[in-house]
Amino acid sequence: MMIILRRFLGLSLLTALVGLGGCATTGGNPRDPLEGYNRAMFGINDGLDKVIFKPVASGYKAVIPEFARTGVTNFFANLGDLWIGINNVLQGKVGAGAGDFGRFAMNSTIGILGLFDVASNAGLDKHNEDFGQTLGRWGVGSGAYVVLPLLGPSSVRDGFSQLFVDWHFDPLWYIGNVATRNEVITFRFIERRASLLDIGNLAEEAALDHYAYIRDAFLQRRRSQVYDGDPPPEADPDKASESGEIKDNSAAAQTRLPPAQILTQRGERVITAADEVLTPAREFALAPAEPVAARPEAGDVITAAYEPGVSVNSGSLPAVSDDARTGLAETSLRP
Amino acid sequence: MKFFFGLCLSLFATAVAAQDLAPDALVKKISDEVIDIVKQDKDIQAGHQKKINDLVDAKVLPHFNFSRMTALAVGRNWPKATPEQQKALTSEFRTLLVRTYSSALTTYKNQVIEFKPLRDAAGDTDVMVRTQVKQPGTEPVGIDYSMEKTPGGWKVYDVVVGGVSLVTNYRETFNAQVRDGGVDGLIKSLVSKNRSLETTQASSKSK
Repeated sequence: MMIILRRFLGLSLLTALVGLGGCATTGGNPRDPLEGYNRAMFGINDGLDKVIFKPVASGYKAVIPEFARTGVTNFFANLGDLWIGINNVLQGKVGAGAGDFGRFAMNSTIGILGLFDVASNAGLDKHNEDFGQTLGRWGVGSGAYVVLPLLGPSSVRDGFSQLFVDWHFDPLWYIGNVATRNEVITFRFIERRASLLDIGNLAEEAALDHYAYIRDAFLQRRRSQVYDGDPPPEADPDKASESGEIKDNSAAAQTRLPPAQILTQRGERVITAADEVLTPAREFALAPAEPVAARPEAGDVITAAYEPGVSVNSGSLPAVSDDARTGLAETSLRP
Repeated sequence: MKFFFGLCLSLFATAVAAQDLAPDALVKKISDEVIDIVKQDKDIQAGHQKKINDLVDAKVLPHFNFSRMTALAVGRNWPKATPEQQKALTSEFRTLLVRTYSSALTTYKNQVIEFKPLRDAAGDTDVMVRTQVKQPGTEPVGIDYSMEKTPGGWKVYDVVVGGVSLVTNYRETFNAQVRDGGVDGLIKSLVSKNRSLETTQASSKSK
Protein backbone atom coordinates (compact mmCIF):
# COMPACT_ATOMS: atom_id res chain seq x y z
CA MET A 1 0.00 0.00 0.00
CA MET A 2 2.73 2.40 0.96
CA ILE A 3 4.72 1.55 -2.08
CA ILE A 4 1.76 1.73 -4.40
CA LEU A 5 0.58 5.04 -2.99
CA ARG A 6 4.04 6.47 -3.12
CA ARG A 7 4.54 5.27 -6.67
CA PHE A 8 1.23 6.78 -7.63
CA LEU A 9 2.05 10.13 -6.06
CA GLY A 10 5.62 10.10 -7.32
CA LEU A 11 4.38 9.26 -10.79
CA SER A 12 1.89 12.09 -10.80
CA LEU A 13 4.63 14.42 -9.64
CA LEU A 14 6.78 13.31 -12.53
CA THR A 15 3.91 13.47 -15.00
CA ALA A 16 3.22 16.97 -13.89
CA LEU A 17 6.83 17.95 -14.35
CA VAL A 18 7.64 16.23 -17.59
CA GLY A 19 4.41 15.83 -19.46
CA LEU A 20 2.73 19.08 -18.74
CA GLY A 21 5.74 21.18 -18.02
CA GLY A 22 6.12 22.26 -21.58
CA CYS A 23 2.61 23.33 -22.33
CA ALA A 24 1.25 24.41 -19.03
CA THR A 25 0.99 28.13 -18.90
CA THR A 26 1.32 31.39 -20.61
CA GLY A 27 2.13 34.63 -18.94
CA GLY A 28 1.74 33.62 -15.31
CA ASN A 29 3.83 33.29 -12.23
CA PRO A 30 7.46 32.28 -12.78
CA ARG A 31 7.36 30.16 -9.64
CA ASP A 32 4.37 28.26 -10.96
CA PRO A 33 5.23 26.97 -14.44
CA LEU A 34 2.85 24.02 -13.97
CA GLU A 35 -0.13 26.23 -13.32
CA GLY A 36 -2.40 24.40 -15.76
CA TYR A 37 -1.91 21.01 -14.13
CA ASN A 38 -1.83 22.54 -10.67
CA ARG A 39 -5.14 24.31 -11.05
CA ALA A 40 -6.78 21.10 -12.26
CA MET A 41 -5.37 19.09 -9.33
CA PHE A 42 -6.29 21.84 -6.89
CA GLY A 43 -9.85 21.63 -8.17
CA ILE A 44 -9.92 17.85 -7.73
CA ASN A 45 -8.52 18.04 -4.20
CA ASP A 46 -10.97 20.77 -3.32
CA GLY A 47 -13.86 18.72 -4.68
CA LEU A 48 -12.78 15.64 -2.73
CA ASP A 49 -12.46 17.75 0.39
CA LYS A 50 -15.95 19.17 0.04
CA VAL A 51 -17.57 15.82 -0.66
CA ILE A 52 -15.57 13.48 1.60
CA PHE A 53 -12.92 14.83 3.95
CA LYS A 54 -14.60 17.90 5.30
CA PRO A 55 -17.91 16.16 6.11
CA VAL A 56 -16.08 13.23 7.74
CA ALA A 57 -13.87 15.59 9.73
CA SER A 58 -16.91 17.60 10.81
CA GLY A 59 -18.61 14.42 11.93
CA TYR A 60 -15.53 13.39 13.88
CA LYS A 61 -15.43 16.78 15.54
CA ALA A 62 -19.13 16.67 16.39
CA VAL A 63 -19.03 13.18 17.88
CA ILE A 64 -15.75 13.13 19.79
CA PRO A 65 -15.43 15.49 22.77
CA GLU A 66 -12.72 18.12 22.64
CA PHE A 67 -10.41 16.68 25.32
CA ALA A 68 -10.32 13.35 23.49
CA ARG A 69 -9.55 15.06 20.18
CA THR A 70 -6.74 16.99 21.85
CA GLY A 71 -5.37 13.70 23.12
CA VAL A 72 -5.42 12.25 19.62
CA THR A 73 -3.75 15.35 18.18
CA ASN A 74 -1.07 15.18 20.86
CA PHE A 75 -0.53 11.46 20.31
CA PHE A 76 0.23 11.86 16.59
CA ALA A 77 2.20 15.05 17.22
CA ASN A 78 4.36 13.21 19.74
CA LEU A 79 5.24 10.50 17.24
CA GLY A 80 6.30 13.23 14.83
CA ASP A 81 8.69 14.85 17.30
CA LEU A 82 11.44 12.27 16.76
CA TRP A 83 11.73 12.96 13.04
CA ILE A 84 11.46 16.68 13.73
CA GLY A 85 14.37 16.35 16.15
CA ILE A 86 16.46 14.44 13.62
CA ASN A 87 15.84 17.16 11.03
CA ASN A 88 16.82 19.84 13.50
CA VAL A 89 20.10 18.00 14.08
CA LEU A 90 20.59 17.57 10.33
CA GLN A 91 20.19 21.31 10.01
CA GLY A 92 22.89 21.86 12.61
CA LYS A 93 20.44 22.99 15.26
CA VAL A 94 21.51 20.52 17.93
CA GLY A 95 19.91 22.45 20.77
CA ALA A 96 16.51 22.51 19.11
CA GLY A 97 16.89 18.80 18.23
CA ALA A 98 17.70 17.96 21.84
CA GLY A 99 14.55 19.85 22.79
CA ASP A 100 12.51 17.68 20.43
CA PHE A 101 13.95 14.45 21.82
CA GLY A 102 13.31 15.81 25.31
CA ARG A 103 9.71 16.49 24.32
CA PHE A 104 9.33 12.94 23.03
CA ALA A 105 10.83 11.43 26.18
CA MET A 106 8.75 13.58 28.48
CA ASN A 107 5.43 13.30 26.65
CA SER A 108 5.79 9.55 26.06
CA THR A 109 6.25 8.93 29.78
CA ILE A 110 4.75 11.61 32.00
CA GLY A 111 2.40 12.55 29.16
CA ILE A 112 1.11 8.95 28.96
CA LEU A 113 2.17 7.82 25.48
CA GLY A 114 1.92 11.35 24.19
CA LEU A 115 -1.73 11.93 25.02
CA PHE A 116 -0.80 15.00 27.04
CA ASP A 117 1.64 17.61 25.86
CA VAL A 118 3.28 18.26 29.20
CA ALA A 119 6.54 19.33 27.53
CA SER A 120 4.97 22.47 26.04
CA ASN A 121 3.80 23.51 29.47
CA ALA A 122 7.30 22.84 30.78
CA GLY A 123 8.69 25.30 28.26
CA LEU A 124 9.83 22.90 25.51
CA ASP A 125 8.11 24.33 22.45
CA LYS A 126 7.09 22.11 19.59
CA HIS A 127 8.91 22.72 16.31
CA ASN A 128 7.95 22.20 12.72
CA GLU A 129 10.64 20.53 10.63
CA ASP A 130 10.75 18.09 7.74
CA PHE A 131 13.26 16.96 5.17
CA GLY A 132 12.20 19.61 2.65
CA GLN A 133 13.15 22.28 5.16
CA THR A 134 16.44 20.52 5.86
CA LEU A 135 17.27 20.64 2.14
CA GLY A 136 16.18 24.27 2.03
CA ARG A 137 18.38 25.08 4.97
CA TRP A 138 21.38 23.80 3.03
CA GLY A 139 20.55 25.89 0.01
CA VAL A 140 18.32 23.68 -2.13
CA GLY A 141 15.72 25.91 -3.76
CA SER A 142 12.10 24.86 -3.69
CA GLY A 143 11.75 24.45 -7.45
CA ALA A 144 8.39 24.74 -9.12
CA TYR A 145 5.16 24.79 -7.14
CA VAL A 146 3.30 21.48 -7.44
CA VAL A 147 -0.14 20.50 -6.18
CA LEU A 148 -0.02 16.82 -5.21
CA PRO A 149 -3.06 14.56 -5.34
CA LEU A 150 -4.67 14.39 -1.87
CA LEU A 151 -1.62 15.93 -0.18
CA GLY A 152 -2.18 19.37 -1.68
CA PRO A 153 0.27 22.25 -2.07
CA SER A 154 3.91 21.28 -2.37
CA SER A 155 6.95 21.95 -4.49
CA VAL A 156 9.44 19.83 -6.40
CA ARG A 157 11.81 19.84 -3.44
CA ASP A 158 9.18 19.35 -0.77
CA GLY A 159 7.17 16.80 -2.75
CA PHE A 160 10.11 14.49 -3.34
CA SER A 161 11.27 14.99 0.25
CA GLN A 162 7.90 14.08 1.63
CA LEU A 163 7.29 11.03 -0.54
CA PHE A 164 10.74 9.53 -0.46
CA VAL A 165 12.26 10.64 2.83
CA ASP A 166 9.73 11.87 5.38
CA TRP A 167 7.44 8.89 4.85
CA HIS A 168 10.32 6.49 5.41
CA PHE A 169 10.71 7.91 8.88
CA ASP A 170 7.04 8.05 9.71
CA PRO A 171 6.42 5.40 12.38
CA LEU A 172 2.82 4.85 11.32
CA TRP A 173 3.93 3.30 8.04
CA TYR A 174 5.65 0.56 10.02
CA ILE A 175 2.56 -0.77 11.77
CA GLY A 176 2.68 -4.51 11.03
CA ASN A 177 -0.96 -5.17 10.24
CA VAL A 178 -1.74 -3.57 6.90
CA ALA A 179 -5.42 -3.01 7.56
CA THR A 180 -4.70 -1.39 10.91
CA ARG A 181 -1.98 0.72 9.41
CA ASN A 182 -4.23 2.06 6.68
CA GLU A 183 -6.95 2.82 9.17
CA VAL A 184 -4.56 4.67 11.46
CA ILE A 185 -3.08 6.71 8.62
CA THR A 186 -6.53 7.60 7.31
CA PHE A 187 -7.55 8.50 10.83
CA ARG A 188 -4.58 10.83 11.19
CA PHE A 189 -5.49 12.44 7.88
CA ILE A 190 -9.03 13.10 9.09
CA GLU A 191 -7.80 14.32 12.44
CA ARG A 192 -5.52 16.84 10.75
CA ARG A 193 -8.39 18.01 8.58
CA ALA A 194 -10.58 18.40 11.65
CA SER A 195 -8.02 20.64 13.31
CA LEU A 196 -8.32 22.99 10.36
CA LEU A 197 -12.10 23.22 10.45
CA ASP A 198 -12.07 26.28 12.69
CA ILE A 199 -10.28 28.29 10.08
CA GLY A 200 -13.17 27.25 7.88
CA ASN A 201 -13.21 28.71 4.43
CA LEU A 202 -11.26 31.75 5.51
CA ALA A 203 -8.88 31.49 2.58
CA GLU A 204 -11.74 31.00 0.16
CA GLU A 205 -13.50 34.05 1.54
CA ALA A 206 -10.39 36.19 1.61
CA ALA A 207 -9.20 35.32 -1.87
CA LEU A 208 -10.09 36.79 -5.22
CA ASP A 209 -8.48 33.72 -6.73
CA HIS A 210 -8.59 30.81 -4.28
CA TYR A 211 -5.90 28.83 -6.09
CA ALA A 212 -3.42 31.70 -6.32
CA TYR A 213 -4.09 32.75 -2.73
CA ILE A 214 -3.29 29.28 -1.38
CA ARG A 215 -0.27 28.96 -3.66
CA ASP A 216 1.25 32.28 -2.63
CA ALA A 217 0.53 31.64 1.03
CA PHE A 218 2.13 28.20 0.80
CA LEU A 219 5.26 29.58 -0.86
CA GLN A 220 5.61 32.34 1.72
CA ARG A 221 4.97 29.88 4.53
CA ARG A 222 7.58 27.39 3.37
CA ARG A 223 10.17 30.10 2.92
CA SER A 224 9.49 31.27 6.43
CA GLN A 225 9.70 27.72 7.79
CA VAL A 226 13.06 27.09 6.16
CA TYR A 227 14.37 30.11 8.07
CA ASP A 228 12.48 29.10 11.23
CA GLY A 229 10.11 32.01 11.09
CA ASP A 230 12.79 34.60 10.61
CA PRO A 231 13.51 34.82 6.87
CA PRO A 232 15.81 37.50 5.55
CA PRO A 233 13.73 40.34 4.12
CA GLU A 234 12.66 39.34 0.67
CA ALA A 235 13.61 41.63 -2.14
CA ASP A 236 10.63 43.73 -3.02
CA PRO A 237 10.76 44.98 -6.59
CA ASP A 238 7.58 46.96 -6.14
CA LYS A 239 8.94 48.88 -3.22
CA ALA A 240 11.98 49.78 -5.24
CA SER A 241 9.98 51.02 -8.19
CA GLU A 242 7.58 52.93 -5.96
CA SER A 243 10.31 55.14 -4.65
CA GLY A 244 12.30 55.02 -7.83
CA GLU A 245 15.47 53.87 -6.22
CA ILE A 246 17.13 50.62 -5.39
CA LYS A 247 17.31 49.98 -1.71
CA ASP A 248 19.78 47.14 -1.75
CA ASN A 249 21.37 44.58 -3.96
CA SER A 250 18.71 42.00 -3.39
CA ALA A 251 16.05 44.36 -4.68
CA ALA A 252 18.02 44.78 -7.86
CA ALA A 253 18.43 41.04 -7.99
CA GLN A 254 14.73 40.47 -7.67
CA THR A 255 13.93 42.75 -10.57
CA ARG A 256 16.09 40.56 -12.76
CA LEU A 257 14.35 37.37 -11.67
CA PRO A 258 11.53 37.09 -14.18
CA PRO A 259 13.68 36.85 -17.34
CA ALA A 260 15.78 34.11 -15.81
CA GLN A 261 12.78 32.11 -14.85
CA ILE A 262 11.05 32.33 -18.16
CA LEU A 263 13.35 29.51 -19.09
CA THR A 264 11.71 27.44 -16.40
CA GLN A 265 8.34 28.05 -17.93
CA ARG A 266 9.57 26.74 -21.22
CA GLY A 267 10.13 23.44 -19.56
CA GLU A 268 10.83 21.39 -22.67
CA ARG A 269 13.80 23.52 -23.57
CA VAL A 270 15.38 23.11 -20.20
CA ILE A 271 14.78 19.40 -19.99
CA THR A 272 16.21 18.52 -23.40
CA ALA A 273 19.26 20.60 -22.67
CA ALA A 274 19.67 18.98 -19.33
CA ASP A 275 22.86 17.05 -19.89
CA GLU A 276 24.74 20.21 -19.30
CA VAL A 277 24.49 21.81 -15.93
CA LEU A 278 23.04 25.27 -16.25
CA THR A 279 25.57 27.74 -15.03
CA PRO A 280 24.38 31.15 -14.00
CA ALA A 281 26.41 32.72 -16.72
CA ARG A 282 24.63 30.65 -19.35
CA GLU A 283 21.30 31.27 -17.79
CA PHE A 284 21.71 34.97 -17.94
CA ALA A 285 23.32 35.00 -21.30
CA LEU A 286 20.24 33.25 -22.67
CA ALA A 287 17.60 34.89 -20.64
CA PRO A 288 17.13 38.46 -21.78
CA ALA A 289 17.61 37.93 -25.48
CA GLU A 290 15.60 34.88 -26.31
CA PRO A 291 12.15 34.84 -24.81
CA VAL A 292 11.19 38.29 -26.01
CA ALA A 293 11.23 37.28 -29.60
CA ALA A 294 10.02 33.75 -29.09
CA ARG A 295 7.21 34.48 -26.72
CA PRO A 296 5.34 37.69 -27.22
CA GLU A 297 3.04 36.83 -24.36
CA ALA A 298 5.99 36.93 -22.02
CA GLY A 299 6.48 40.56 -22.91
CA ASP A 300 4.51 41.70 -19.92
CA VAL A 301 6.87 40.01 -17.54
CA ILE A 302 9.84 41.46 -19.27
CA THR A 303 8.61 45.03 -19.18
CA ALA A 304 7.96 44.58 -15.53
CA ALA A 305 11.55 43.59 -15.06
CA TYR A 306 12.92 46.59 -16.87
CA GLU A 307 10.76 49.10 -15.11
CA PRO A 308 12.14 52.59 -15.62
CA GLY A 309 14.10 53.80 -12.67
CA VAL A 310 15.33 50.37 -11.77
CA SER A 311 18.97 50.14 -12.57
CA VAL A 312 20.39 46.74 -13.20
CA ASN A 313 23.00 45.83 -10.69
CA SER A 314 25.06 43.15 -12.28
CA GLY A 315 27.08 42.49 -9.14
CA SER A 316 24.08 40.97 -7.48
CA LEU A 317 23.09 38.64 -10.26
CA PRO A 318 24.65 35.43 -8.94
CA ALA A 319 22.74 35.93 -5.71
CA VAL A 320 19.43 36.04 -7.48
CA SER A 321 19.39 32.98 -9.30
CA ASP A 322 20.03 30.59 -6.46
CA ASP A 323 16.40 29.74 -6.19
CA ALA A 324 15.77 29.79 -9.88
CA ARG A 325 18.89 27.81 -10.66
CA THR A 326 18.30 25.06 -8.18
CA GLY A 327 14.73 24.99 -9.32
CA LEU A 328 15.96 24.48 -12.86
CA ALA A 329 18.48 21.89 -11.87
CA GLU A 330 15.86 19.97 -9.95
CA THR A 331 13.31 20.17 -12.68
CA SER A 332 15.71 19.01 -15.30
CA LEU A 333 17.79 16.46 -13.46
CA ARG A 334 15.22 14.59 -11.47
CA PRO A 335 13.52 12.71 -14.28
CA MET B 1 -8.52 53.57 49.34
CA LYS B 2 -7.93 50.69 47.04
CA PHE B 3 -10.90 51.73 44.99
CA PHE B 4 -9.60 55.26 44.74
CA PHE B 5 -6.21 54.01 43.63
CA GLY B 6 -7.84 51.88 40.97
CA LEU B 7 -9.88 54.83 39.76
CA CYS B 8 -6.77 56.96 39.46
CA LEU B 9 -5.07 54.20 37.57
CA SER B 10 -7.87 53.81 35.08
CA LEU B 11 -8.13 57.57 34.55
CA PHE B 12 -4.42 57.65 33.96
CA ALA B 13 -4.71 54.78 31.50
CA THR B 14 -7.29 56.60 29.40
CA ALA B 15 -5.26 59.78 29.58
CA VAL B 16 -2.29 58.08 27.99
CA ALA B 17 -3.43 58.40 24.42
CA ALA B 18 -2.61 55.78 21.84
CA GLN B 19 -0.08 58.03 20.11
CA ASP B 20 2.17 58.09 23.16
CA LEU B 21 2.59 54.33 23.31
CA ALA B 22 5.56 52.46 21.96
CA PRO B 23 4.55 50.16 19.08
CA ASP B 24 4.89 46.91 21.01
CA ALA B 25 3.08 48.36 24.00
CA LEU B 26 0.30 49.48 21.68
CA VAL B 27 -0.11 46.02 20.12
CA LYS B 28 -0.11 44.45 23.56
CA LYS B 29 -2.71 46.89 24.85
CA ILE B 30 -5.03 46.29 21.91
CA SER B 31 -4.61 42.49 22.02
CA ASP B 32 -5.28 42.41 25.77
CA GLU B 33 -8.38 44.55 25.45
CA VAL B 34 -9.78 42.59 22.54
CA ILE B 35 -9.05 39.21 24.14
CA ASP B 36 -10.68 40.30 27.39
CA ILE B 37 -13.83 41.23 25.54
CA VAL B 38 -13.86 38.05 23.43
CA LYS B 39 -13.37 35.90 26.52
CA GLN B 40 -16.36 37.43 28.25
CA ASP B 41 -18.73 37.68 25.33
CA LYS B 42 -20.48 34.44 24.47
CA ASP B 43 -22.13 36.03 21.43
CA ILE B 44 -18.78 36.84 19.88
CA GLN B 45 -17.52 33.33 20.55
CA ALA B 46 -20.61 32.01 18.79
CA GLY B 47 -19.86 34.19 15.77
CA HIS B 48 -22.33 37.06 16.21
CA GLN B 49 -21.24 39.11 13.20
CA LYS B 50 -22.61 42.48 14.25
CA LYS B 51 -20.92 42.36 17.64
CA ILE B 52 -17.63 41.25 16.12
CA ASN B 53 -17.75 44.11 13.64
CA ASP B 54 -18.46 46.64 16.36
CA LEU B 55 -15.56 45.39 18.44
CA VAL B 56 -13.14 45.44 15.51
CA ASP B 57 -14.34 48.89 14.39
CA ALA B 58 -13.89 50.37 17.83
CA LYS B 59 -10.70 48.72 19.01
CA VAL B 60 -8.66 47.47 16.10
CA LEU B 61 -9.27 49.42 12.89
CA PRO B 62 -8.20 52.86 14.18
CA HIS B 63 -4.70 51.46 14.46
CA PHE B 64 -4.42 50.29 10.85
CA ASN B 65 -3.25 52.29 7.88
CA PHE B 66 -5.34 50.88 5.06
CA SER B 67 -4.09 53.09 2.26
CA ARG B 68 -0.52 51.97 2.92
CA MET B 69 -1.72 48.35 3.08
CA THR B 70 -3.52 48.68 -0.22
CA ALA B 71 -0.52 50.33 -1.85
CA LEU B 72 1.65 47.43 -0.68
CA ALA B 73 -0.78 44.83 -1.96
CA VAL B 74 -1.24 46.50 -5.34
CA GLY B 75 2.51 47.01 -5.67
CA ARG B 76 3.92 48.42 -8.86
CA ASN B 77 0.52 49.28 -10.30
CA TRP B 78 -0.34 51.58 -7.41
CA PRO B 79 1.31 54.72 -8.81
CA LYS B 80 -0.46 54.09 -12.11
CA ALA B 81 -3.89 54.33 -10.49
CA THR B 82 -5.62 57.69 -10.33
CA PRO B 83 -6.37 59.14 -6.86
CA GLU B 84 -10.03 58.12 -7.27
CA GLN B 85 -9.03 54.59 -8.21
CA GLN B 86 -6.68 54.45 -5.24
CA LYS B 87 -9.50 55.55 -2.99
CA ALA B 88 -11.84 52.91 -4.37
CA LEU B 89 -9.18 50.21 -4.09
CA THR B 90 -8.44 51.14 -0.49
CA SER B 91 -12.07 51.13 0.53
CA GLU B 92 -12.84 47.79 -1.15
CA PHE B 93 -9.67 46.11 0.10
CA ARG B 94 -10.39 47.32 3.60
CA THR B 95 -13.88 45.89 3.46
CA LEU B 96 -12.55 42.55 2.21
CA LEU B 97 -9.84 42.26 4.88
CA VAL B 98 -12.08 43.29 7.73
CA ARG B 99 -14.93 41.05 6.66
CA THR B 100 -12.84 37.92 6.26
CA TYR B 101 -10.33 38.22 9.06
CA SER B 102 -12.47 39.60 11.85
CA SER B 103 -14.32 36.28 12.00
CA ALA B 104 -11.00 34.71 13.02
CA LEU B 105 -11.61 36.26 16.46
CA THR B 106 -14.15 33.58 17.20
CA THR B 107 -11.46 30.89 17.04
CA TYR B 108 -9.64 32.31 20.06
CA LYS B 109 -9.18 29.59 22.69
CA ASN B 110 -6.91 30.60 25.55
CA GLN B 111 -3.80 30.85 23.43
CA VAL B 112 -1.00 32.80 25.05
CA ILE B 113 0.56 35.72 23.19
CA GLU B 114 4.22 36.33 23.88
CA PHE B 115 6.00 39.46 22.75
CA LYS B 116 9.55 39.30 21.49
CA PRO B 117 11.81 42.22 22.30
CA LEU B 118 11.84 44.98 19.68
CA ARG B 119 14.98 44.86 17.63
CA ASP B 120 14.83 48.35 16.35
CA ALA B 121 16.71 51.43 17.38
CA ALA B 122 15.05 54.18 19.37
CA GLY B 123 14.59 56.68 16.55
CA ASP B 124 13.07 54.26 14.03
CA THR B 125 9.78 55.20 12.42
CA ASP B 126 9.19 51.77 10.90
CA VAL B 127 9.33 48.69 13.09
CA MET B 128 8.21 45.09 13.21
CA VAL B 129 6.50 44.00 16.42
CA ARG B 130 7.00 40.27 16.71
CA THR B 131 4.72 38.04 18.75
CA GLN B 132 4.26 34.33 19.18
CA VAL B 133 0.95 32.68 19.82
CA LYS B 134 1.42 29.55 21.89
CA GLN B 135 -0.87 26.62 22.33
CA PRO B 136 0.14 23.21 23.67
CA GLY B 137 0.31 20.45 21.07
CA THR B 138 1.20 22.64 18.10
CA GLU B 139 4.22 24.70 17.33
CA PRO B 140 3.94 28.39 18.21
CA VAL B 141 2.68 30.57 15.40
CA GLY B 142 4.41 33.88 14.82
CA ILE B 143 2.24 36.93 14.26
CA ASP B 144 4.27 39.96 13.28
CA TYR B 145 2.99 43.49 12.84
CA SER B 146 4.78 45.92 10.55
CA MET B 147 4.15 49.38 11.94
CA GLU B 148 5.00 52.92 10.99
CA LYS B 149 5.02 56.05 13.07
CA THR B 150 2.46 58.66 12.04
CA PRO B 151 1.35 61.90 13.68
CA GLY B 152 -1.64 59.95 15.00
CA GLY B 153 0.48 57.28 16.66
CA TRP B 154 1.86 53.99 15.41
CA LYS B 155 -0.17 52.33 12.67
CA VAL B 156 -0.08 48.75 11.45
CA TYR B 157 0.42 48.37 7.70
CA ASP B 158 1.06 44.65 7.42
CA VAL B 159 0.31 41.54 9.46
CA VAL B 160 2.43 38.44 8.91
CA VAL B 161 0.92 35.21 10.24
CA GLY B 162 3.18 32.17 10.31
CA GLY B 163 5.41 33.81 7.72
CA VAL B 164 2.52 34.70 5.41
CA SER B 165 1.90 38.38 4.83
CA LEU B 166 -1.83 39.01 4.67
CA VAL B 167 -1.11 41.99 2.45
CA THR B 168 1.56 40.94 -0.02
CA ASN B 169 -0.14 37.57 -0.42
CA TYR B 170 -2.61 39.44 -2.62
CA ARG B 171 0.00 40.95 -4.86
CA GLU B 172 0.26 38.20 -7.48
CA THR B 173 -3.51 38.05 -7.81
CA PHE B 174 -3.82 41.83 -7.99
CA ASN B 175 -1.07 42.04 -10.60
CA ALA B 176 -2.83 39.42 -12.70
CA GLN B 177 -6.15 41.27 -12.40
CA VAL B 178 -4.59 44.56 -13.46
CA ARG B 179 -2.84 42.83 -16.34
CA ASP B 180 -6.13 41.38 -17.55
CA GLY B 181 -8.55 44.20 -16.88
CA GLY B 182 -6.62 47.26 -15.80
CA VAL B 183 -7.00 48.95 -12.43
CA ASP B 184 -10.74 49.22 -13.02
CA GLY B 185 -10.89 45.47 -13.57
CA LEU B 186 -9.28 44.94 -10.17
CA ILE B 187 -11.71 47.33 -8.51
CA LYS B 188 -14.59 45.54 -10.18
CA SER B 189 -13.51 42.11 -8.92
CA LEU B 190 -13.02 43.45 -5.40
CA VAL B 191 -16.50 44.97 -5.46
CA SER B 192 -18.13 41.79 -6.67
CA LYS B 193 -16.14 39.70 -4.17
CA ASN B 194 -17.35 41.91 -1.34
CA ARG B 195 -20.88 41.78 -2.59
CA SER B 196 -20.90 37.98 -2.74
CA LEU B 197 -19.45 37.79 0.78
CA GLU B 198 -22.14 40.13 1.98
CA THR B 199 -24.90 37.92 0.62
CA THR B 200 -23.41 34.69 2.01
CA GLN B 201 -22.90 36.23 5.43
CA ALA B 202 -26.40 37.65 5.39
CA SER B 203 -27.91 34.32 4.43
CA SER B 204 -25.94 32.41 7.06
CA LYS B 205 -27.16 34.89 9.67
CA SER B 206 -30.81 34.42 8.76
CA LYS B 207 -30.51 30.66 9.19
